[in-house]
Amino acid sequence: MTSPGAGFAGQTAVAGIGATEFSRAAGRSELRLACESVTSALADAGLTAADVDGLVSYTIDPVSETELVRSMGFPEITFSSRVPYGGGGSMGVLLHAAAAVAAGAADVVVAYRAIKARSGPVRFGAAQISRGQNDVHSGTTSAQWCTPFGVLTPASWMAFNSTRYMHAYGVTSEDFGRAVVQLRDYAATNPAAWGYERPITLADHQASRWIVEPCIHLLDCCQQTDGSVALVITRADRARDLPHRPVVIAAAAGAGLFEQEIATDFYRRDLAVMDGSVALGKQLFDRFGIRREDIDAAMIYDAFTPIFLMQLEGLGFCGLGEAKDIVAAGDLAIGGRLPCNTNGGLIGEGYIHGLNLALEATRQLRGSAVNQVKDAEAVLVTSSRTGAILTAG
Amino acid sequence: MTDSAVTRPDPMVTQDNEFFWEAAAHHRLVAQRCTRCHVFRHPPRPRCPHCGSFETDVVELSGRGAVYSWAVLHHPQNPAFDYPVKAALIDLEEGVRIVSNLVGVEPGEIEIGMPVSVIFVPTAGGNAVPVFEAVTR
Repeated sequence: MTSPGAGFAGQTAVAGIGATEFSRAAGRSELRLACESVTSALADAGLTAADVDGLVSYTIDPVSETELVRSMGFPEITFSSRVPYGGGGSMGVLLHAAAAVAAGAADVVVAYRAIKARSGPVRFGAAQISRGQNDVHSGTTSAQWCTPFGVLTPASWMAFNSTRYMHAYGVTSEDFGRAVVQLRDYAATNPAAWGYERPITLADHQASRWIVEPCIHLLDCCQQTDGSVALVITRADRARDLPHRPVVIAAAAGAGLFEQEIATDFYRRDLAVMDGSVALGKQLFDRFGIRREDIDAAMIYDAFTPIFLMQLEGLGFCGLGEAKDIVAAGDLAIGGRLPCNTNGGLIGEGYIHGLNLALEATRQLRGSAVNQVKDAEAVLVTSSRTGAILTAG
Repeated sequence: MTDSAVTRPDPMVTQDNEFFWEAAAHHRLVAQRCTRCHVFRHPPRPRCPHCGSFETDVVELSGRGAVYSWAVLHHPQNPAFDYPVKAALIDLEEGVRIVSNLVGVEPGEIEIGMPVSVIFVPTAGGNAVPVFEAVTR
């Protein structure tokens, strides 16, 4: 694993994870939520606040580094950064943390995300008239070209690509529904999930109201959630002396292409293909010398069902237009070829803006997941333009 | 002049896009075209990403195009719009793509590839934005 540009491969590990409960009304501030998840992650790692010298989050996160440091008592921060691109950048926190630790800029980095997507002043999926030209979601969305036309919500932004995808490959809403049934099956056995003990049928999916025709029913949408998650990243050799089996960051990458946007990604020529996922797959597999067939499970950003299927194709786990077939074949279930989003995903567990998927990847590699993949040794975790491959250390 | 019955939000004008909305207010659909290499571009930007030139012409477009993709928006709703909102990506003849609305068609009549042409509708503050109606084949 000495391929060019991959100098940090295998040098760092996730040593701790922490989360609050996932709810529809947290009843406390994002700062408080972040403090709770970070405290939990440090305890899980067997470290203390005094060990932390690095912080990473999303540009869109409301919790300031200064306030988090003030509450947590971190004595001296030597590295901090934020990743743009909203949820599409979510796994970029692993890239930033791994690169910073491997480069010696910090020894122990805390990556966090705190969100009140449900009970906050504006629900995350609301139809809001943007006040800014671009900054609806972290500078990723050209709201100025959408707002006068009523294209105001994440579901509406994702819809054009989804409709084109259905048209190009003959994908139907029922095909999306079968994937949602799988996600909700996983959530049904996950006590932390919004969908705990509430599996659905394909008929339920089809009967749920249209959010956007012809591609997004209500049950295709992730759950607007309140909560926070955090991860602790340190050197792999240091992680080996800590309580849990290290979860090594074997690969981490981002891929942002010319004319690519995150949600309002309308200006590439062929919107039926997620070119960003194609590029990300090349980065993670080819550049880091890891084979797709060695991946035991995948956690893929499922804000809405269509982009979940489109990423499976872009990442190269099947051919273009074939995600519906591997879903129908049961490949995404435990015992299948590629178990996916085994916590129920963002649709079934909750939407901590994608980062809860990184916690599920960690649990799979520790052998502590609720829906455990037997002997999982390598797990992919991605959002549309950032991702990582984690391996059991 | 404003019409109190019109609730469609005004465009958000910036130094980079004001030529587009200024033209739209006068019912003209325009796009940037590089003075040097003649490639059209949208959304607008200060520099040609192909040849690097900062010199830009603003060119009036034919207003004809085709539906590249579409979406009929039901929920969540904003009181500024009538639902369902018929939204579309329009590929214009000159090779640029814009977000807009379809008017005069029912949701069940919308098809990818259907030919459309521009008309302009007012916004709450007395400006106008381009929307598209089906061209009879």
